[in-house]
Amino acid sequence: MTQDQPGRTEPNDVSSAEEARLERQTDEGAQQLKPRTREMVLAGGGMWPQDDLGDTMIINMGPQHPSTHGVLRLMMELDGEDVLQIKPVIGYLHTGMEKTGEELTYVQGTTNVTRMDYASNFANELVYSMAVERLLDVEVPERATWIRMLMCELSRMASHLLFQATNGMDMGAVSMLLYGWREREEVLRVFELVTGLRMNCNYIRPGGVAADLPDGWQQKILEVCDLVVAGVAEYDEMLSQNPIWLERTVGLGVITTEQCLDLSITGPILRSTGFAWDLRKAQPYLAYDQVEFDTIYTSNGDVYDRFRIRLYEILESVKIVRQCVEKMPDGDYRVQDKKLTPPPRARIDESMEALIHHFKLFTEGFKVPAGETYVSIESPRGEIGCYMVSDGSSKPVRMHIRGPSFYNLQSIGPMGSDSLVADAVAIVSSVDPILGEVDR
Amino acid sequence: MADDTAREEDHEPADTGDETAPVPIPDEVGAAIVARFPGSVFVESHGQPVVYVERAVMADVARMLRDEEQFTMLVDTVAVDHLLDGSRPEIEGVAAERFEVVVNFLSHTRNRRIRIVSEVPATDPTVPSLTPVYAGANFPERESYDLFGITFEGHPDLTRILMPDDWHGHPLRKDDAAARVPVTFKGDPSPR
Repeated sequence: MTQDQPGRTEPNDVSSAEEARLERQTDEGAQQLKPRTREMVLAGGGMWPQDDLGDTMIINMGPQHPSTHGVLRLMMELDGEDVLQIKPVIGYLHTGMEKTGEELTYVQGTTNVTRMDYASNFANELVYSMAVERLLDVEVPERATWIRMLMCELSRMASHLLFQATNGMDMGAVSMLLYGWREREEVLRVFELVTGLRMNCNYIRPGGVAADLPDGWQQKILEVCDLVVAGVAEYDEMLSQNPIWLERTVGLGVITTEQCLDLSITGPILRSTGFAWDLRKAQPYLAYDQVEFDTIYTSNGDVYDRFRIRLYEILESVKIVRQCVEKMPDGDYRVQDKKLTPPPRARIDESMEALIHHFKLFTEGFKVPAGETYVSIESPRGEIGCYMVSDGSSKPVRMHIRGPSFYNLQSIGPMGSDSLVADAVAIVSSVDPILGEVDR
Repeated sequence: MADDTAREEDHEPADTGDETAPVPIPDEVGAAIVARFPGSVFVESHGQPVVYVERAVMADVARMLRDEEQFTMLVDTVAVDHLLDGSRPEIEGVAAERFEVVVNFLSHTRNRRIRIVSEVPATDPTVPSLTPVYAGANFPERESYDLFGITFEGHPDLTRILMPDDWHGHPLRKDDAAARVPVTFKGDPSPR
C-alpha cells in the first residue's frame, strides 16, 4: 500500500547511531531500504515528518487469518514485535443485506436479517420485528413476548458459549473450543426442536413468532439449562484462576469508559469498564421488567474482564430462561390479525378467505404506514438497533441494522496500540466481532 | 427554507393563537435545540423525539447535546434516499430533500434518546462530520459515504469501507443499478 510512495516510511535524517544499527542488521528489508533513504535525502531532504518511523513495517493480518473471526483484516504497523497502530479493514463479507432488505417485503425480511449476526440470530429478528410492529402500531400477545424473551436468552447463551470456545482457542487453550462447542450444541438442539433450524432460525416474525412451542419443551430446556450451568462451572474452574490464563489476559487491551462512550462502544466491552449499562435494565423491552436478573459488570476494562463478564452473563441468561419456563403465559403465539399473520395450514383447505389472505401475504405482503422509527435492544454484543423507513408500501424504503460489532471494532485501534502481535489476537478475540453483522 | 420562514412570518400576525398553540414541545431537549437553532422543527415519531435541523449546524447541535445536555453517546448515523418514495409524510417547516442523514443520540445519565435528522439535497450531498465531537461517528459516516455518496466534511479518513476501493457508484442510492453484472452473449450485436 505504501510502496508506491517511495520514501514514505524512510527517515530523511538518519543519525549515525541509527545508520550503524542498519549496517549491522542482516534483515533483508532494512538493507533494501537504506539506499533509497539516501536518495530521498539528496532529492528533497527535510520533507518527511516521521523521522523515527524508519524501521517500522506494515503487516496485514487477515482477511484469512484464523484468529480474526472470519474475514477481518488488521493493518498493523509493527516495530519488531510491538504493534504501534492497528487499523481494522472490513468489507470482505459485504453482501448488500441492507439493499436486499429494501427488495424484500416485511414478511420476508426476517429471513434476511437473521443472517447478519449469525451467532445470535434471534436478536436480529427481534429488533426487525419490533421496528415493523412499531410502524404498524401492533401489540404482540403476551405469550409471544415471553417466547421471544426465552429464545433471545437462549440465543445469548449460545453466543457467549461460542465466545468462550473461540476466545479460548485464540489464546491457545484449545480444549476450550471443544468444551464451548459441546454446550452450545445442546442449546442449538433446542433451537432445532422449537424452530426446526439450528441457526438462522427465522422464528421471530412481525406479529409474533412462527410457531408455538412444541410439546415437552419445558423439560428439554430445563435439561439444557442444567448442562450449561455445569459447563460454565467447568470453564470457571478451568480458566478463571488459571495462572497461564491470567498471565495471558489480565491488564491487556485496556479501555476506559470515556473512550467507550466516545467511540459508541456498547455491550460487554462497555460493561467491563465499570459502566453498568444494559438496555434490558435501563430501557426494558419485551417482559424484562418482570424477570429477575443482574447486570454483570467489572471495572478493569481488560481482556480478562470481558471474558468473565460473558461467562457470568451465561448464568444470568439461564436465570431468565428458568423464569420464562416457570411463568410462560397461555394464549396466542402471534397476533390474530388476518392481514398480518398467515392462516393455519388447515384453514386454507376449507376457507376461500384464508386462501386469499395466505396468497396475498406471501406474494405482496402487508402494507406498513409511512413513517420512520428506530428500535434498539441488547444483543449479546451490545446495542443492536433497527432504523426503518416506510413509504406506505409493502417493502421498506430503508432498513438499517445498527450492528454492535460494527461499532465495537472501532475499539481495536485504542486497545491494540502499544501491544504485542500475539496480544492483538487476544484483543480482537475479546471484542467478539461477528463479521456477518459488521459487513452486512 | 427562506421562502418557508417568510411565509410563516406573513401568517403570524393573522393567526397568532394558532401559531403559539403548538409551541410547547413535550421533550425538553428537543425544545432546547429548537430554541437554540432557528429553522429546527420538533416532531414526535412513534413516541420518539425527533428534531429536524439545518445540515449546516449538525456539528453544533451534536456539540450542544454532548456538552450541555449530557448526551454521552452517538448511537448511530444513517443515510436515507427518498428518491422513489411512494408517499412521504410531510413535516411542516421542513423542506424535503432527496437524502436524509439521521443521527441517533443516547444519554446514559438521563436515560433518554433523541434523533437528529437533516435534509441533504441531491445537488450538494455534503454534511459536516460529527467525528470531531463523537469519535464513534467514524465508521458509520464512512459507510454512508460509501453507500450513498454523502460527503462528510472534516472526516479524518473518508474512504470506502464496505465496497471495494475501485467501486463505481454508491449502491444504496435508489437509482444505482443493483447487482447488474454486464453479460455478453456469443454473437450478441450490442453487448450491454
